[in-house]
Amino acid sequence: MFLEYLNIVLYDLLKIAALLVPVLIAVAMIVWVDRRVWGAVQLRKGPNVVGPFGLLQTAADALKYIFKEIIIPIHANKVIFIIAPIVTMSLALIAWAVIPFSETLVLANINVGILYIFAVSSLGVYGIIMAGWASNSKYPFLGALRSAAQMVSYEVSIGFIIINVLLCAGSLNLVDIVLAQKNIWYAIPLFPMFVIFFISALAETNRPPFDLPEAEAELVAGYQTEYSGMMYALFWLGEYANILLLCGLGSVLFLGGWLSPIDAYPFNAIPSPLWLIFKILFLFILFALVKAIVPRYRYDQLMRLGWKVFLPFSLFWVVLTATFLYFFNLLPK
Amino acid sequence: MKIKFSRVLKIIFLSEFVKGLYLAFIYMFKRRATVNYPFEKGPISPRFRGEHALRRYPDGEERCIACKLCEAVCPAQAITIEAEPREDGSRRTTRYDIDMLKCIYCGLCQESCPVDAIVQGPNFEFATETREELYYNKEKLLENGDKWEKELAHNIKVDKSFR
Repeated sequence: MFLEYLNIVLYDLLKIAALLVPVLIAVAMIVWVDRRVWGAVQLRKGPNVVGPFGLLQTAADALKYIFKEIIIPIHANKVIFIIAPIVTMSLALIAWAVIPFSETLVLANINVGILYIFAVSSLGVYGIIMAGWASNSKYPFLGALRSAAQMVSYEVSIGFIIINVLLCAGSLNLVDIVLAQKNIWYAIPLFPMFVIFFISALAETNRPPFDLPEAEAELVAGYQTEYSGMMYALFWLGEYANILLLCGLGSVLFLGGWLSPIDAYPFNAIPSPLWLIFKILFLFILFALVKAIVPRYRYDQLMRLGWKVFLPFSLFWVVLTATFLYFFNLLPK
Repeated sequence: MKIKFSRVLKIIFLSEFVKGLYLAFIYMFKRRATVNYPFEKGPISPRFRGEHALRRYPDGEERCIACKLCEAVCPAQAITIEAEPREDGSRRTTRYDIDMLKCIYCGLCQESCPVDAIVQGPNFEFATETREELYYNKEKLLENGDKWEKELAHNIKVDKSFR
């Protein structure tokens, strides 16, 4: 009885490790890709010394952070201060459980996968609020307030965008959503929603031009100001893991997940997880390019864009999609 | 009114943003402007004023005659010289110190030198881990001179017609 139980637990742990280790390696690689692309756009070379093409740069940085001293401010709330980066990092990793890499290759094929992802990414705000509040210092507090307001407002429009996809797919299960895109990727009929999803994802992950929570010109480093050493690195990796997650979500919802663009010989010979990785990489390179070309938004502009443009527009599109599907009898069974 | 309409279209279709994205994409494949520094270095003029060196004549005799012109001209007062006649009667320095931390690398010392003894060479990578290592004495300066003599002589030759 006990042995059987142990067997199941060990098997599941092994499965989790098999998912998390590649994800963490991917996070390290993606930091490198980000810096290389950013450098390339500015006619620089980016990190190219550590390891082949500088691939081990992130590992070197992580090693540096591990050996740095962790400073906890006297007035900080120690427990919450320490928990905050752990929350950020673990929440960014937990959500990967439901991302399908192929029809069978998914850690947890649950029926409310998309709600799960949505809930977990909403919880991500907590890590930042906790960090800002527990630091007991001005800049982190202001940064956390900004970040919380920003993430909450853009989550609303992401919610409506997801509803659009759900209306078309007729399922909350991510595998079903991908399979429903066999004929056409949702990025084509729902193109405006794809664009808004992309921009909202930028805001959701605090990427430029929406990196107000850590606007270094005004807030030093926002909610991360008091953090140092490994705790800072956890925030930093958690942020990139979040970006990777939203790229994954974007490719599952709009770019047909693991499906190949054309269901013909040279394309469907490539294993399906690779297609998902290509799509995530494509979206991430777009993220990195955007970082290189846009200046930072002003805070009131950010709020205006979220509440006055994206929210009504995505709501309108939900009505439009629903009406279209209803009158042309295309509603999924 | 017409202008306003086109502006609205521009905003809705994010045309400026797409143009920017396109430009960034083109720039990604342009030639990098970066010099890969520790592995490749930019060109240096023969007049470059880097690390100091005391030169010798080809027969091994040091050039410096302890005239102290460099000490007098040094605006940062980084040079300290003490001199005494040697056994053979020639006037030589017993002490020639340069405080590289005081030095402003203006090049007046090498310009004032009548025998091209003190010169500033092409080396600019002499960072050290402690302050004390940058208090150069005569020994260190002569050693520098021996080490960089080829480049120093070349630089002086190239620059001669402009002096």
